[in-house]
Amino acid sequence: MLSYIIRRLLMLPLILLGVTFLIFCLFSLLSPMERLATYINNPNVLKNPQSAQRLIEKYHLDDPFPAGYIHWLKSLMKLDFGWSSTANQPVWEAIMQRFPATMELVFYSIIPVILVGIWLGVISAVHHNDLLDQVIRVTAIIGWSLPTFIFGLLILFIFYGILGWMPPGRLSAWAQFAVYTGGNFKHYTHFITFDALLNGRLDIFWDAIIHLIGPIITLSYISWAYLLRITRSSMLDTLRKDYIRTARAKGVEEKKVIYLHAQKNALIPVVTVAGMMIIGMLGGVVITETVFTYPGMGYWAATSAQQLDYGSVIGFAVLFAFIMVVGNLIVDVSYALIDPRVRLE
Amino acid sequence: MNRIIKKLLSNTTSLIGLLLLLFFVVIAIFAPYIAPPLFDDPYQIVRMTWDIEPRPPGFPMADEMRVVFESLGKQVDRDKALFGTAQGGYDIFYGLIWGTRTAFRVGIITVVFSMLIGVISGSIAAYFGGWIDELLMRITDIFLSIPFLVAAMVLTTILGRGLDKVMVALIAFGWMGYARVIRGSILSTKQEIYIMAARALGVKDFRIILLHLLPNTIFPVLVQASMNIGSMVVTAAALSFLGVGAPLGYADWGQMVSFARNWIIGSPGNAGKYWYAVFFPGIFIVLFVLSWNLVGDTLRDILDPRLRGEL
Repeated sequence: MLSYIIRRLLMLPLILLGVTFLIFCLFSLLSPMERLATYINNPNVLKNPQSAQRLIEKYHLDDPFPAGYIHWLKSLMKLDFGWSSTANQPVWEAIMQRFPATMELVFYSIIPVILVGIWLGVISAVHHNDLLDQVIRVTAIIGWSLPTFIFGLLILFIFYGILGWMPPGRLSAWAQFAVYTGGNFKHYTHFITFDALLNGRLDIFWDAIIHLIGPIITLSYISWAYLLRITRSSMLDTLRKDYIRTARAKGVEEKKVIYLHAQKNALIPVVTVAGMMIIGMLGGVVITETVFTYPGMGYWAATSAQQLDYGSVIGFAVLFAFIMVVGNLIVDVSYALIDPRVRLE
Repeated sequence: MNRIIKKLLSNTTSLIGLLLLLFFVVIAIFAPYIAPPLFDDPYQIVRMTWDIEPRPPGFPMADEMRVVFESLGKQVDRDKALFGTAQGGYDIFYGLIWGTRTAFRVGIITVVFSMLIGVISGSIAAYFGGWIDELLMRITDIFLSIPFLVAAMVLTTILGRGLDKVMVALIAFGWMGYARVIRGSILSTKQEIYIMAARALGVKDFRIILLHLLPNTIFPVLVQASMNIGSMVVTAAALSFLGVGAPLGYADWGQMVSFARNWIIGSPGNAGKYWYAVFFPGIFIVLFVLSWNLVGDTLRDILDPRLRGEL
């Protein structure tokens, strides 16, 4: 087990190096002048060709490819991602400021899916081909076919446009004032819901929750459909195994057969998929936040992309790639912990 | 093969999927007759008015627009916006009809090319094994390390706006799945006796891959490809929705939805006022994806030997 983890950990820097190399290749498709624009916060500098040339040399933007890569990598290590013209602050600061909002959204999206989605999948498999099973299956296919941006707009249309329940954004104006400018609101975790509870402000907590519901539903409904299907087919597969028949033949209670003997083994593939699903949510964050104008990293990245703010877009890509690589590692290791067969390969 | 076609036609869900697909194919083929173009470039959406605000279904073409088209020497036959107009006076009906062609083009081109790249790299990796396999699979891992939508967004931002750039981005980050699938099935087929026999006879490596291995392993890849057409179209539409995809006014479903974004909430006291701006584009995209998914779902069930006899 330990050797497996060590082997995977040794691979980690190599993959990270590869990913940064790939992103640098994309970055290099831009001309040195365009890349220079990601480093400076005053566009007037570019008007003077001589000073622009000096800056290009200073940032090693015209160097041969390998040297340019090494310089870029060095600046990444110093967390210097350049200047974000969209956020009007350094890229790294812009990322850090928006990171908690996105994580809060992802956190609330994952928990219910894993708890309820798996349970529904098991039910669907146990009642194989029942009406309930058919309903769950058809709902999953339709959910799977609804693109996030259309689903999100639909939610916004119904619950905000018509019913007026779930406003876009992260907080109402009064709550925003209380949280950021009011002064005596302490930021412990930067998750507004947690901070509001810790500060004893139930009104702000409620306001944050109302704003979160729409994005949560939008971000997680595909995962619901997906996880349900995987749990269902894996459970169906397991219920057909010999040891299940043995357990039943021994006269073990049906409930025990399903929830103790079958479910444990059926959930092994689900763990991998759940991990992949959480990572997949990171991509969905961009669209969900854009639809609801939720002030996280995704919304900022989309705005930066529209305004050709390359530095922000690249910084965002590097960060998400890092999260994904580390996330994949965690999934693989936990998979090996659960299923001993993986380690032996 | 016959068995598969029979199953596809006898299964209700896949039959619905096939009929929906047929519907879209007919629209795409007869687009010039259903919605005659008024600009020289047929993919340029016809504008019914210069107004920014969307107009309801049945809105007649404004006189100042008619004058413009007539001065261009065009005959304005269809002068009502059947599904209303989107933000900027773009005819929703026209955009959707010609957008069907865009959808098929994007879906088929991206899937064919990414499948090609995936199959070539995957089969080379599996057949030669050793360090070639190791290298190619690590490259695959690295490409998989950036979320698909994020990667596509970054590449289109860098390349610039335009449908061709969107397709390049989708191909560049869409081939890895095929490489993995084909590698897996070639690894197991490689051990078969007929492959060994071909090798013993001195058949050239590439001939073995092309004539012996691929015909026996390509089928799961084709199924995966057919299922990916829908998701590729959705990703392209999502990029347009985010504002980095098709250029303004280009007949593209994602853009039609992004036009609706600012109007979704309606006006005070009349929440559903602009429902048509999102409803019609939405229903086109959803049905298109649904049709591919319904067909793909059945195909997968048929091909999954563990479920054989269950359907």
